[in-house]
Amino acid sequence: MFRRALDWVGNRAGLEGAQDFLKHKTVPVHSGTIWYYLGGVTLFLFVIQVLTGMLLLLYYRPTPTEAFESVQFIVTQVEFGWLIRSVHSWAANLMVLTALLHMFSVFFLKAYRKPRELTWLSGMALLLLTFAFGFSGYLLPWNTLAYFATKVGTDMAGAVPVVGRFLRHFLRGGEEVTGATLTRFFGFHVAVLPGLTTLLLLLHLALVQKWGISSPKRPGGSGPAMPFYPNFVLRELIGWYGALGVLGMLAALFPWELGTKADPFASAPAGIRPEWYFLAVFFTLKLIPGKVLIFNGEALGILVFGLAAVGWMLVPFWDNRSEDEKRHLALTGGGVFVIAYLAVFSALGYWR
Amino acid sequence: MTAIRLALLGALAGALAAQSGMDTCVGCHGALEGPLAKPAAAFEADVHKARGFSCVNCHGGDPTVLDPAASMSRARGFKGKIDRRATPGLCASCHNDATLIHRFNPRQRVDQLAQYRTSVHGRRLAAGDTRVANCVDCHGVHGIREVRDPLSPVHPLRLPETCARCHSDSDRMKGYGIVTDQFEKYRRSVHWEALSRRGDLSAPSCATCHGNHGAAPPGVATVVHVCGSCHVVFENLFAKSPHKKAFDELGIPGCVVCHGNHEVARPTMALVGVQPGSLCLNCHGESDKGRQAAAFMRSRIDELATALDGSEEILKRAERSGMEVSPALVELSHGRESLIRAKVELHGFDPVLVDGSVKKGLGIAAAAHRAGEKALQERDFRRKGLLMSLATIAVTMAALWLALRELERPGKKG
Amino acid sequence: MAEQETTDGRRRLIRALLGSGFAASIASFLYPAVRFMVPPQVAESTVNQVSAGKADLKPNSARIFRFGAKPALLVRTATGEFRAFSAVCSHLNCTVQYDDEKRQIWCACHNGQFDLNGKVTGGPPPSPLEQYTAHVQGDEVVVIRG
Repeated sequence: MFRRALDWVGNRAGLEGAQDFLKHKTVPVHSGTIWYYLGGVTLFLFVIQVLTGMLLLLYYRPTPTEAFESVQFIVTQVEFGWLIRSVHSWAANLMVLTALLHMFSVFFLKAYRKPRELTWLSGMALLLLTFAFGFSGYLLPWNTLAYFATKVGTDMAGAVPVVGRFLRHFLRGGEEVTGATLTRFFGFHVAVLPGLTTLLLLLHLALVQKWGISSPKRPGGSGPAMPFYPNFVLRELIGWYGALGVLGMLAALFPWELGTKADPFASAPAGIRPEWYFLAVFFTLKLIPGKVLIFNGEALGILVFGLAAVGWMLVPFWDNRSEDEKRHLALTGGGVFVIAYLAVFSALGYWR
Repeated sequence: MTAIRLALLGALAGALAAQSGMDTCVGCHGALEGPLAKPAAAFEADVHKARGFSCVNCHGGDPTVLDPAASMSRARGFKGKIDRRATPGLCASCHNDATLIHRFNPRQRVDQLAQYRTSVHGRRLAAGDTRVANCVDCHGVHGIREVRDPLSPVHPLRLPETCARCHSDSDRMKGYGIVTDQFEKYRRSVHWEALSRRGDLSAPSCATCHGNHGAAPPGVATVVHVCGSCHVVFENLFAKSPHKKAFDELGIPGCVVCHGNHEVARPTMALVGVQPGSLCLNCHGESDKGRQAAAFMRSRIDELATALDGSEEILKRAERSGMEVSPALVELSHGRESLIRAKVELHGFDPVLVDGSVKKGLGIAAAAHRAGEKALQERDFRRKGLLMSLATIAVTMAALWLALRELERPGKKG
Repeated sequence: MAEQETTDGRRRLIRALLGSGFAASIASFLYPAVRFMVPPQVAESTVNQVSAGKADLKPNSARIFRFGAKPALLVRTATGEFRAFSAVCSHLNCTVQYDDEKRQIWCACHNGQFDLNGKVTGGPPPSPLEQYTAHVQGDEVVVIRG
């Protein structure tokens, strides 16, 4: 009966084309296939964020006098409020993790090769949007940790050469982190960023469908593959359900803290640091001396990171060997170095 | 050589003085070296200088001429070094003059000399003892600052060490028959902690209880009023308590007997009750009504403290497992207020009074405990819910996997 | 044959398991979401505005009430006007009370005194009591902060 209902909808909505396509879409099967699930998991987590975010919107209030109290209200008074809120906070972190893993797996599998350069670029943009989501959302509960992490983070933005001061002023909605910052972070988080993400996601997914799933080149044409539907889909569902189970456990056993309400006039508590995905950059900047030769240390650090990021984003254009499946040792080595650097400096930033 | 040097300096100073109308006392003494220069240097920071006064106002002489023989001549009123016994009168010659002083500070007192004369220091000085404190010993002599200036030796934060300069010096205090450990003891007290660490300038230092100009130790009858000027509630309770009459008859000072005078330590419940070391046992013997009251009050207060701790423990446990219990913790803090109130009411030495607050506190502790239990139940409910949804998830994942296996069995057709 | 039947049976079982698994898991996700959307008993967080109880205070008397996490003092002056203050003494955070003889606010801990504008008139408190707006709504007094 369920099937009949589906058929009716498909008929009326003209979905035969899509159904046909899906029936014929395949996914390559090889030792690296497991990495193919990461994109889907990231998308799934994004959907979770949208759903839980919409629910939280029913009760959240984005002003300094009410933000903290409204989150406290959600967590103590609203039925299952604790669950929705903790799922939202945990899924945010998991999504950043899977997005990063997805990006690195694409990098090492060289799936950015022609003709998939645009997919890679749109994916990198989506990663940046994910970071922006994390940064803007972190402030919304308006607790001490969030307030000072935002202060430190926007200060870092202020160290960008040339446009730093304007950038910081733009992000903060003023000179300091105030209710104005909260309002615009809220606007970014629930409207601007979702809009941009949706557009880019549509592009990204359309491109993935167009070019199919990339696989390592092999002699004798393409190797074994499995049908997208139902085989890959079923496997993906297992992964998604696993993610749900993990989220449930995290939310119930390690609920997200409420913290204490932000007091801009209190001094910053010791050990203020940003969210884990900013730790490596944060800690590196802390280590750089104030002045390097004649340059401002922090600005230099940001410049280096910026150039590295741009270089990383442009990898499809300067990896000239991937077309021929030749190993690019330097590139692979570079990738390993980046992962190691991020891991080590994030750990240092967490424990120092 | 000295004469030539003086003459040269005098010429220099004179030239400068002629140009700027400078005071020649300051001019000459400022150019000298060693102890003769110190007064002039210190005077730069003096509050009197800021108000337009100078050396001549206390020491006399003529500040307009260069010649030391003239400027420092007795004929022109030069007094030289002021005798210790003459100091109070000298200071009072201005500071007793209301019209003069009120030109500079309309609210400043002008009775310091009268007060001083009533004090132990004043009476002894008048009798010829020049070892006791006079005005300059406490206020400084050439670099006098206002009392509210943190560098002044009589600023609340520095006053105790100023008094201690003499009162802690056992050699100096020989023959006076008073102890010299007050400063040491005071430094261990809660009052000094409030003053020095919390910066609470309302906390008492030596002058608060002993007076400053009219310094004298408070008598037995007045000590409770001194303490009570801040600790009003305790004084009122004590005045209505059975101890008041008893202590007056015995001639022992109220607060001091239990809390000390200089070394007022943070009081603990160890002082109260019938266990060894308690103060109550010092007077109250077996089958004494007071002893029973002490035992009762101590046990009730202990009961409340234990109940509050137990409630806090369960709430913290709930909090650690992720439950939001801050409203209950706030209510519990009101219970702690009841405990404080009970300890305050101890000073009425009336078991009924103490029991009232204890009962109220026990009610609050019980409610907080129930809230903690409820929070733990909610936590258990959530974990059960988690288990149920994990079960459905596991079943679904297993079903998916079985379906996949079914789908991809080798040899299967289409 | 028999094999085909067991295969069919197995397939039917798997299908049933899958269907019920999906249904149960979807239900266990939808249930909290739906309950979440239903408004709770207390409609909103009371952070800036609180009811301080019935307006039946006698003139020249006061009552302690809770404002958020801290105690507050509702005073009815001798002329019948309602005033509200934070009851946390600015000296060492004791809870203040109303002295109807002196018609001022008093802190029992160290004899701090405040007038009916919250200003310090005696004792060690270093700063005034925060004053809130109080007005009568029906038969209740509503106190608003900020």
